[in-house]
Amino acid sequence: MIVAEQKPLDEIMQSVSEDKNVLVLGCGTCVTVCFAGGEKEAEILAASMRMRSEMSDGGCTVDHLTIQRQCEWEYLDSAADAIKGADKVVSLACGIGAQAIIERFPEAQMVPGLNTRFYGLPTKQGVWEERCGGCGDCVLEYTDGICPVSRCSKSLLNGPCGGSHDGLCEVSDEMECAWHLIVERMEKLGHLDRLEEMHEPKNWSAARDGGPGKIVREDLLREPPGEVDEGEEGTGS
Amino acid sequence: MQRTGECFEPQLTAFTCSYCAYMSGDTAGAMRIQYPATTKVIKLPCTGKTDARYIMSAFEDGADGVYIIACPIGNCHHVRGNERARARVVHTKKLLDQVGLGGERLDIFFLSAGMGESFAQAAKEMNDRIMRLGPSPLRMGGKEVGAGEAGEQKNGGDETGEQSVEATQ
Repeated sequence: MIVAEQKPLDEIMQSVSEDKNVLVLGCGTCVTVCFAGGEKEAEILAASMRMRSEMSDGGCTVDHLTIQRQCEWEYLDSAADAIKGADKVVSLACGIGAQAIIERFPEAQMVPGLNTRFYGLPTKQGVWEERCGGCGDCVLEYTDGICPVSRCSKSLLNGPCGGSHDGLCEVSDEMECAWHLIVERMEKLGHLDRLEEMHEPKNWSAARDGGPGKIVREDLLREPPGEVDEGEEGTGS
Repeated sequence: MQRTGECFEPQLTAFTCSYCAYMSGDTAGAMRIQYPATTKVIKLPCTGKTDARYIMSAFEDGADGVYIIACPIGNCHHVRGNERARARVVHTKKLLDQVGLGGERLDIFFLSAGMGESFAQAAKEMNDRIMRLGPSPLRMGGKEVGAGEAGEQKNGGDETGEQSVEATQ
């Protein structure tokens, strides 16, 4: 899932300093699971903002609303009235949901309430760790299920660097060396020799190096390619 | 009345679990121990239900101070509810600092059912602390009230003991 964390209250308050009517919009999917932007967090942030406003000029009204998912039009549309009625929307979604708001409602003023950090998983209660870099050309097949792109500080594909020591990365003693994990696992499974296999260079153009990603599934399009899909006509504004 | 004229009576909200903590309040009543009358007790099934939302709501709705009363550590009827409450109080204190209310206005106490005297003492401790800190800035239009001013209000009004009522069972 996408893992995010809330921005400092000071930063959020600064971004709405000139607005009288603010909507805190929570998202009920990934950021709910990582306790950053769900219903609870939206309610707490809205209360915090109201109290902070009350203690300064007192002129800011802050409401909150949480929808199932900010990154899909269908769910966003359910919040249309609240979004249109706000001077500014504080999005407690990842960067995708936040941008979806202004794509769907171009006249809306939106500021992000979260910093989107990574694709990860909760390794234990209250701890989230990165597991995927979204590189578009998965190599887990060659590394026995451990991602060197996201879990190696240098995203090395050819083994550990000189900074690996005692199974840890030189960047931090709390950071495991991904290649140490890979080698350990391959040894345990008895096929360390697979590391001797030669592979084609990784296709980095599928990652950020190739520009913004886009996938088109023609079998799922409502209209033939080249024609305007009904769902893309206009916006919810 | 929260505050009239020169008198400041701290409005306290106490969240208790329905086991040890609430029963310690009952014990205080049975022992006829007095504690500040402005303490409003809200019973939770377990302090593991303590939520930053409830605490923030209490402050928004007029509380000058909020505290949690939980079972002693290691003695929670739901095993670790009180430990969770403690962690959430620590987290919420940071939120209150960010908001500007101040984390000092929030605290947690761990009491067993027989500790009626300590139940009253927790209320008095919070009452004294809020008297020192002054009214919630939210009730003062955002203006902080200094300790001196709060002290003057206290001296000008009833003493804490006189604001107390006899706890009832």
